Amino acid sequence: MKTLDRRLGLLSALPVTLLMVLAFLAPLVVVAIFSIMPPKVFSLANTPDFSAYAVFFKQGYYKSLLWSLGMALASTVILLVVCWPLAYAMAKIFKRFTLVLTIAIVMSLFVSENIRLFGWVLTLMKGGLIEGHFRALTGIGFDSPLYGVPIIVFGLVYVYLPFMLFPLAQGISMVPDDTRQAAYDLGATRWQVLWQIEIPLAAPGIVVGSLLSFVLAAGALAESKILGGQAVIAIADDIETAFTFGQNWPLGSALSMILIVIIGTLALFGVSKVDLDAIMGRKR
Amino acid sequence: MNASRLTRTVLFIYGIAMIAFLYLPLVSVGFASVSQSRYLSFPIKRYSTKWYGEALESSTVSELLLTSLSVALLVTVIALVFAFFGALAFARYQWRFRNTFQKLILLPIFFPQTVLGLALLMWFNSLGIIPTWKTAVVAHLIWITPIATLIVAIRAYSFDPALEEAARDMGAGTFTVLREITLPLLMPGIVSAGLFAFLLSWGNFPLSLFTTGADSTLPEWLYAKMVSGYSPLVPTLGIMSVVGSFLLILFAVAVVWLMRANKEARTAQD
Repeated sequence: MKTLDRRLGLLSALPVTLLMVLAFLAPLVVVAIFSIMPPKVFSLANTPDFSAYAVFFKQGYYKSLLWSLGMALASTVILLVVCWPLAYAMAKIFKRFTLVLTIAIVMSLFVSENIRLFGWVLTLMKGGLIEGHFRALTGIGFDSPLYGVPIIVFGLVYVYLPFMLFPLAQGISMVPDDTRQAAYDLGATRWQVLWQIEIPLAAPGIVVGSLLSFVLAAGALAESKILGGQAVIAIADDIETAFTFGQNWPLGSALSMILIVIIGTLALFGVSKVDLDAIMGRKR
Repeated sequence: MNASRLTRTVLFIYGIAMIAFLYLPLVSVGFASVSQSRYLSFPIKRYSTKWYGEALESSTVSELLLTSLSVALLVTVIALVFAFFGALAFARYQWRFRNTFQKLILLPIFFPQTVLGLALLMWFNSLGIIPTWKTAVVAHLIWITPIATLIVAIRAYSFDPALEEAARDMGAGTFTVLREITLPLLMPGIVSAGLFAFLLSWGNFPLSLFTTGADSTLPEWLYAKMVSGYSPLVPTLGIMSVVGSFLLILFAVAVVWLMRANKEARTAQD
């Protein structure tokens, strides 16, 4: 039985592994090689000179990176606070309403993020859904909150909410009720139960949720472009400009590599800490 | 768990508020799509469906829909084949590199999609492949296959390997076991994975952006219009795309429900 399992396991992993190697890892290698090429070349047959990395520091691209990472961090922290009560309720308190919430939130994921962000522009702009109706009712208008850093963070929170909520709910459902009850019975306060029982036991869900939202937000493009105007430039925006408008593939690749290294380190670290069999509900 | 009535009510309201928050922008898009004037401003004075008529007649729109549909259908079919085997390797079989395989599959999900799209563009370029909607299929697959695999894997965790062993003991070959036992048992997972694959591909923008070449999918076109200024067709097409997805979900739910009802009726007959 065991040898058969081993053989079948290897065989059935083959198609996906091939796809990953040929269309995910290989392109990353190409990006890495392109990033050390001299500026504005379109082929890999050049002598590497690492000049693109120097540009990153000289021309202020690190500012975009810091903005992106900062906004991603802010949105992740906000998401943790906003999602915790709801995730908790979905895992432990609601019964049928959990299903309703899950379906409603998953359905929203199927709508292109562009359309949803554009919807926020229509909602929040001057003469939009909120301001327009408010002015029609009271005669008093107010400035639109669009085109600034806070609204970009808001957009990130909005778009990546499901990526935090579902892992969090899954993590919280792994906290046994008995353990919590025992802690209460022994006289623990609410805060002690939260910090010493619930958060440590739900840690895998917290790690996966935070990582996902941070990583995706750090590489996000549409939020800053559609909601933020040009208030700040996200690193993904710089990367896109380098490739399209700038026609400078080595620079774009170097910027990508820096982002990939930061995100990859985080992702590998987080993923290696998490036991997938336990999260996904292995019965055996 | 015992939560007080007050906590329950507060959390329930919080949940409702969350749904409202998620769908509020779509409400605005919906209103905008039926506003008659070319320049939108709320409150809307005149309603009309003329933009829908215009969208339905436009040949650009039907081209966009066709491209998006081709990509999504192809992605769904291929991703499901990958995901079926991938999920078995992920959850069912005990083999040597299972842990590494599980982590490898997760990596594309933890990866900024815009950067992935660009990396693929360069990869295709160095291979001498000119990007068209077919290369976008590859791009979507890298991100959607892992998700589909995880969804099927959840199902694969919950099934009893003894069923397969019993079939094998009675003389069924590996292929017969896969077809007669494993596939039907994983079916619910495969159906939902297929739905996810189709809809995520249909709505995907960051991966398509760099990998479709001269072709354009619906979300790409919408983005181009949004960034370059307002067009009344943007909300209209947005709503059409959303309604299309929701109809597909309803259809899938109805099919599953009918199949189940049919099966129950048959077992009742026996």
